[in-house]
Amino acid sequence: MSAPTGVVQQAVVWLNDPLTWTEPGGILELTGEHLVMTVIAVAIAAAVAIPTGAWLGHSGRGAGTVVWLTNASRALPTLGIILLLAAGGLFGNTATVIAAAFFAVPVLLVNTYEGVRGADPDAKDAARGMGMSNGRILLQVELPLATTLVSAGLRVTIVQVVATIPLAALAGGGGLGQIIALGMGTQRYGEVLAGGIVVAALCLAIDGVLAVGQRLATPAPLRVRAA
Amino acid sequence: MPGNPWFSWSYVVDNAPVIWQRTVEHAGLTIEAVAISAAIAIPLGVLISRSRWLSGPVLGTAAVLYTVPSLALFAILAPLLGIGRTPVLVGLVVYALLIILRNTVAGLATVDPAVTDAARGLGYGPGRLLVQVAMPSAMPSIIAGLRLATVSTVALVTVGVVVGYGGLGQLMFQGFRNNFYRAEIMTATLATILLALVLDLALWAVGRALTPWLRGRTA
Repeated sequence: MSAPTGVVQQAVVWLNDPLTWTEPGGILELTGEHLVMTVIAVAIAAAVAIPTGAWLGHSGRGAGTVVWLTNASRALPTLGIILLLAAGGLFGNTATVIAAAFFAVPVLLVNTYEGVRGADPDAKDAARGMGMSNGRILLQVELPLATTLVSAGLRVTIVQVVATIPLAALAGGGGLGQIIALGMGTQRYGEVLAGGIVVAALCLAIDGVLAVGQRLATPAPLRVRAA
Repeated sequence: MPGNPWFSWSYVVDNAPVIWQRTVEHAGLTIEAVAISAAIAIPLGVLISRSRWLSGPVLGTAAVLYTVPSLALFAILAPLLGIGRTPVLVGLVVYALLIILRNTVAGLATVDPAVTDAARGLGYGPGRLLVQVAMPSAMPSIIAGLRLATVSTVALVTVGVVVGYGGLGQLMFQGFRNNFYRAEIMTATLATILLALVLDLALWAVGRALTPWLRGRTA
């Protein structure tokens, strides 16, 4: 292979070509696909994890299961799960979205669970004393108090999903990982480097945006503690 | 598609040498990465827990590096370091770094000030204080960090397949390309999980041996 400087130069040239960005299957289109996959995976994960976490946290049950699930999910190789789903007949994109959602659930579940369970007992007591039903306590007292942790969980989840989606390329799917997989396949290492930089930049940018979003989502009275 | 079972013993038996070779590769890479990472992160953790102005930037940098997806990091490192084992190893060290660093700092923060005070009163110098008082107190947290780092690293190694060195990930990918050969992917996935469990258990045992004073309590 060529000298590192050559590779860096190739990457710079490739990234500076407007066509690289705008052509069909170019960076912009792949980024769009990447983000759509991210949104779907996060939506699935949130739909499963937030209600479950809220209910478990409210009833105070299942602490052991939640912790076990989180730890166990770390040992599962994401790539193996994606390839198994793909071999089961799902296409690369679907397999990756399902796997990404699957790995996002524990993170979100733990945060929602901890947030709801950790809501100030005095506030819950006061709500009960005012005659609120269980459902209203959960929705109007516990969940608002859990916002800090839930939004922190969402941020971690979204960044994790954005980082997982590139693996789709290894299972024949799309997204930004394609640039890397294609570059490796054709031994154009400049593009591999450029693809890596684009994916990394997207992740860091999204994390940055979400950091601001997380601050805005936190109710003002809770902000001081969150900082 | 007839004859594509999810698991097959005959595949495992026929390919035992390859599976074993990949497992050894996988384990070797994991252990080396966590060891290098620990050698950097634990002293660094000790250093930054002493100076407030260093801890922010160091933890921040580690967190930014941790945010970069593994596939992207391997892709950035491979053209610069060459295809194969090196970029995967460097990438894995980077990811393990933040986990071990955080737990070292957290562990050192929980050292009881009264104990430190007592040791100082007994005439312990800063070096002895660190080695004989602070480190043993922080040990459970550091071991927990090492275990977490090891388990995550085992799972991450498989992504190394993108630059041609993924241990058991090579088998998964090969099975996928080989007409979705399910038994091969499944075997490699199960072997990866098993390896994570075995290494986790080994570290748990090491942790138990290193902290005999905690044994009477519940884990």
